[in-house]
Amino acid sequence: MGIADIVIKFILVVIIFAISLLIALYSTYAERKVAAFFQDRIGPNRAGPFGLLQPFADGAKMFLKEEIIPTNANAFLFIAGPSLSILTACIGSAVIPWGQKLTIGTHVIDLQVADINVGVLYILGVVSLGVYGVMIGGWASNNKYSLLGAIRAASQNISYELSMGLSIIALLMVTGTLSLREIAEQQHGFWSHGWFTWNFFKQPLGFLLFIVCAFAETNRTPFDLPECETELVGGYHTEYSSMKLGFYLFSEYINMFISSAVMATLYFGGYNFPFMDHIGSPNLVAIIGIAVLFAKIFFFIFFFMWVRWTIPRFRYDQLMDLGWKGLIPLAIANIIVTGIVITFLNR
Amino acid sequence: MEPLSNKRKVLEHKPLNFWERIYLPAIAQGLSITMKHFFRKPVTISYPEQKREFSENFRGMHSLKRDEDGRERCTACGLCALSCPAEAITMIAAERQKGEEHLYREEKYAAVYEINMLRCIFCGLCEEACPKEAIYLDGDIVPSEYLRKDFIYGKDKLVEAPLNQ
Repeated sequence: MGIADIVIKFILVVIIFAISLLIALYSTYAERKVAAFFQDRIGPNRAGPFGLLQPFADGAKMFLKEEIIPTNANAFLFIAGPSLSILTACIGSAVIPWGQKLTIGTHVIDLQVADINVGVLYILGVVSLGVYGVMIGGWASNNKYSLLGAIRAASQNISYELSMGLSIIALLMVTGTLSLREIAEQQHGFWSHGWFTWNFFKQPLGFLLFIVCAFAETNRTPFDLPECETELVGGYHTEYSSMKLGFYLFSEYINMFISSAVMATLYFGGYNFPFMDHIGSPNLVAIIGIAVLFAKIFFFIFFFMWVRWTIPRFRYDQLMDLGWKGLIPLAIANIIVTGIVITFLNR
Repeated sequence: MEPLSNKRKVLEHKPLNFWERIYLPAIAQGLSITMKHFFRKPVTISYPEQKREFSENFRGMHSLKRDEDGRERCTACGLCALSCPAEAITMIAAERQKGEEHLYREEKYAAVYEINMLRCIFCGLCEEACPKEAIYLDGDIVPSEYLRKDFIYGKDKLVEAPLNQ
């Protein structure tokens, strides 16, 4: 690996980091706009044209607020909580293949920061690390409401991680690899050998389970129980103010972006699009592929918001009921059915 | 007994069936309903730029009227102040001097006429009490201010603009 490769990787990391922050920033704006449209309103439209500067105004407000660390809080962990939360949200993007390999002159640029052969496991690992940010923050606040919120978040995430993992196992039986790059390549085009190539059409139930778990993992409605004004004053971030609160809120949106990217890559063909073999230049295919991937990601982000402004939330016992008695048996059944089908197809 | 309106609906408490228990059909229905609203025209009125029409009998800011010759109608009888349940109106009367006939219609007029808009409840009793048809609550919404003293409106804000000759 030459110095040029390292520089290219570094640039790629910076770009992906910047893009995920930008998308998270504008997700807050989009959330408010989408909410407004769903409720026959206009939404933020005062800061800049169409209110486009609203997220920056919100960010500036967050930075300028007074920073409070409660006297009886554990200061180190209190700061570590949001830091860990945003760190784990950001590092998930490292294994996602953003596009096909670009060829510029003799250089082949791999639009993926790390093509590790355990990409899916890495994603699951990062997602489960995300619970620590919430848990540590809630515990370090030394506030019973924060602690209750954090416990809710932790138990919810752990319960739904199980069925998420199980739904991915069925997918891995189909793909036979853990590398996200290979999974994306297997979904090349749209149609081959008499069936769709995208994994959604091979694993519809798996996708359904995955998306439900993704909603739970990102703490979005209908599973947004960790935040609850009526019962918990605020949630795990009750004691937080200023940018530390901003980081918690921000990491939720980054998580949404990353899980949308993972869903698009695992189930909806990633950067692949129909008729991609009919375009001559491979670089053009790669660039269109990036746009297609982002279109899919934006659709999923929109879907997250669409669901949020449609469905009321679950009660806590209903949430656990659905996770343990609904999704996990379904995921196991999905694995068994997938196994049987694969066995018969390979015969 | 005959029900008053036929709107009563007896709810049956029966267990959810399979489709209701897996939530998904209901969620899809909900998503389609919200999507219909997504493309609907927003009902918002962007307030300072656009204003909703007031109703015919809307009671807003007061105005002290002039007659057809442009003279102030108010004769400072004090009936408005007396009728005011919020005691928002105060006035000081003065006698019309010679040569002021073109300014004041009656022989007595209000030299100072003040309404405290923070006290006023916009009930319209002053309007009803006035024998000279001098005060009407036909104005706009009272604008906001930073200081309480700025809410005490004097004649400069209350009296109608003079007629254009």
